[in-house]
Amino acid sequence: MDKGRQGALRPLSRRSFLRSSLRAAALGGVTGVFDPGVARALAETLSAVRPPVFWLQGMGCTGCSVSLLNSLHPTIAEVLLHVIRMDFHPTLMAEEGEGAMSFMLRTAKESAGRYLLAVEGAVSEKDGGRYCVIGEAGHEEFPLSVILEKLAPGAAALLAVGGCAAYGGVSAARGCVTGACGVGDFLRKKGVKTPVINIPGCPPHPDWMVGTLLLLLAAVEEKGLAEGVAEMTRQLDSQGRPLAFYGNNTHENCPYLYLFDEGRMAKNLADKSGCRYGTGCKGPGAWCDSPLRRWNGRVNWCVENALCIGCVQPDFPDGQSPFYRKRT
Amino acid sequence: MAVSLAIDPVTRIEGHLKARLEVDGNMVRDAWLTGGMFRGFETILMGRDPTDAPQIVQRICGVCPVSHALASCMALEDAFSIDCPRNGVLLRNLMQGANFLQSHILSFYQLSSQDFFQGPAEPPFFPRRKKSDLRLGEAATAMMLAQYLESLDIRALCHEMAAVFGGRMPHVHGIVPGGASSAVTSEKKEAFRSRLKKVRTFIEERYVPLLYLLSERYADLARVGRGWANALCMGVFPHPDTGSHSLHAGVWAGGRLYPFEPDKVMENVGHSWFSEQSGGSPFRSPPPVVDLDKAGAYSFSKAARYHGMPMEVGPHARLWINDTELSPMGRELAPKHLGRHATHFCELGEAFVFSIMGRHLARAEETWMVAEAMEGWLNALTPGESTLAPLPDMTDGEGYSLTEAPRGSLMHCLKVKDGRLSFYQILPATLWNASPRDDAGLRGPMEEALVGLPVPDKNNPVNAGRLVRAFDP
Repeated sequence: MDKGRQGALRPLSRRSFLRSSLRAAALGGVTGVFDPGVARALAETLSAVRPPVFWLQGMGCTGCSVSLLNSLHPTIAEVLLHVIRMDFHPTLMAEEGEGAMSFMLRTAKESAGRYLLAVEGAVSEKDGGRYCVIGEAGHEEFPLSVILEKLAPGAAALLAVGGCAAYGGVSAARGCVTGACGVGDFLRKKGVKTPVINIPGCPPHPDWMVGTLLLLLAAVEEKGLAEGVAEMTRQLDSQGRPLAFYGNNTHENCPYLYLFDEGRMAKNLADKSGCRYGTGCKGPGAWCDSPLRRWNGRVNWCVENALCIGCVQPDFPDGQSPFYRKRT
Repeated sequence: MAVSLAIDPVTRIEGHLKARLEVDGNMVRDAWLTGGMFRGFETILMGRDPTDAPQIVQRICGVCPVSHALASCMALEDAFSIDCPRNGVLLRNLMQGANFLQSHILSFYQLSSQDFFQGPAEPPFFPRRKKSDLRLGEAATAMMLAQYLESLDIRALCHEMAAVFGGRMPHVHGIVPGGASSAVTSEKKEAFRSRLKKVRTFIEERYVPLLYLLSERYADLARVGRGWANALCMGVFPHPDTGSHSLHAGVWAGGRLYPFEPDKVMENVGHSWFSEQSGGSPFRSPPPVVDLDKAGAYSFSKAARYHGMPMEVGPHARLWINDTELSPMGRELAPKHLGRHATHFCELGEAFVFSIMGRHLARAEETWMVAEAMEGWLNALTPGESTLAPLPDMTDGEGYSLTEAPRGSLMHCLKVKDGRLSFYQILPATLWNASPRDDAGLRGPMEEALVGLPVPDKNNPVNAGRLVRAFDP
């Protein structure tokens, strides 16, 4: 991997970055994110190597990118300037148009087999992929589906970020006319074997995105590219999600579990005296660490405020609906 | 000789947009904007439980989910005569306000600021074509970079504010049919207040002064990009007792101010990839039916029109219609950087307001104005009092809502039949600002504003991207 273009900002300090990452991600040991082995690998071997990342936006709302910007430990500035090299990101990058597209295509060629692809949003190839055209190069319009067929085979791994990229999500919900689907399904259909890591959530917590990247990089640095990626894919659940973040049942870890056990149910969405299962909470069927991790600088989280709508699950939204009623 | 240029993707915006320009004599002669992505929310919403709508519609926009949640709840409340309690209105204003600050800071710093300064040779500042008309010296460039980095933390703080009462951001949990789901406690009020204070300091010491300074440094950009110079506001931030809006509704057209009448809103699809039947009044027209082979069509965006006229929406439109008081910083800096004394927004002059820099500066001024108003809403919250109205039977009804998202006017219309959504129309800001030509052949507001823009370098038409981002489409 490239050494990266360093130097414009303060010199890389992996150690201070690691300290802050550890502080945030450990969460009193509730998740397996930074076990001692991983921590050592990060501290010792993540020297100054930053892999190129191309972040593609498909049929989505940009909410995953906006959530990524909320990363605090490490900060988003640290992620962008010290952890990865975000060589393509439509919302953030300086360059535009042909310049941006051809830079991505050229860099992908130069670093074939070594770059990471992150995809936010669903993909469709119906009607030639015209429901989502992401740019032009050499007077040719590129739908996301075509770019994926071009770039996914050469990627070391693909991160399907958010419910839409992972499983189709809201973009592929009942009534959808565009043929949208998740990226993993699309690649399987095309026979592309690149490992896919799903990071669902609508949106995903920034720690789930950054943490998965860090785990992957640590595994790669410790075991080499192919074996590192393989190691990472062994750490996924049956839905392709990293166990480190999605291995906990939301309901089982909910601070209001005792209310459930006592049979005290909330009467409406503003009622904080009872378990939200009474108003339709989908926590019992949802798997993520939100109750422990909390959101937005840990000020709050979904169920403390209202209830869980099951946004990390593959059948979100249809299978989790109606959100505000107990399923019968 | 005229040449045809394409910018695709127009980066640093929310969504998928392509700009095609015809350039001749160092100037844009004509322009076409293409919205390049379609998901079809209006058909996805059909047949769903009506109370699911506020969650589904938030996924239209990850930058402005709060506005969509609000619009959807307000349309349901209109349909079923539900009165959101006082505390609920205040909480909604605070969440919407926090997201206005978040969105405006994102729009300028993360999306637009690189139009004015050269960052270090690192992604996301690199790659970048040479000769991008960046005029700041070393000190000002360093200041811009420092502010860019600081703004990342400030923007996240705004999300924390919204999450204090909303559960999480983006995609808020706290705005629900009937009101807000959060409890109001003095601890939550203080958690909100301490963050608001930090954000206000950034707005007052960095964001607003910077925009006055840049308007002088890029004075030529404060004179170009005029467009139709029409403006529309549907009203936002209701007063919990009187129902009047902090930024009230209105229409500015042909140099005159008119009251806003929702019946005059129409959607045209003559140049959109939708069947002819997909157009019409948002109160009645069916969900759009895609027609990719339609002659003359070039966008997935419909063309929203008011009484047949294209309308600019967003901060500059709102402040122009409301003629709000300028910030203390603005009153002090306007004479120095803009060469005119001004206490109110309209005194900045129509020529300036409807320009690239004017639209950016309006966004900064509105950020200050909203932050100031939020203090009042926060103080008015009464701990312990109800935030949520009980929901009646929601079997049959129809309703609509009018509000403003950070980027401009937002309207939702819905019908419920046998307890299921049977109709839904969403009219977001993009259908105004980034619209293609309408049935009469009139360009959309951004298309019109692109015409006449100087293009000194055909290999790098930087002013086009600048103009698009100033609209925050």
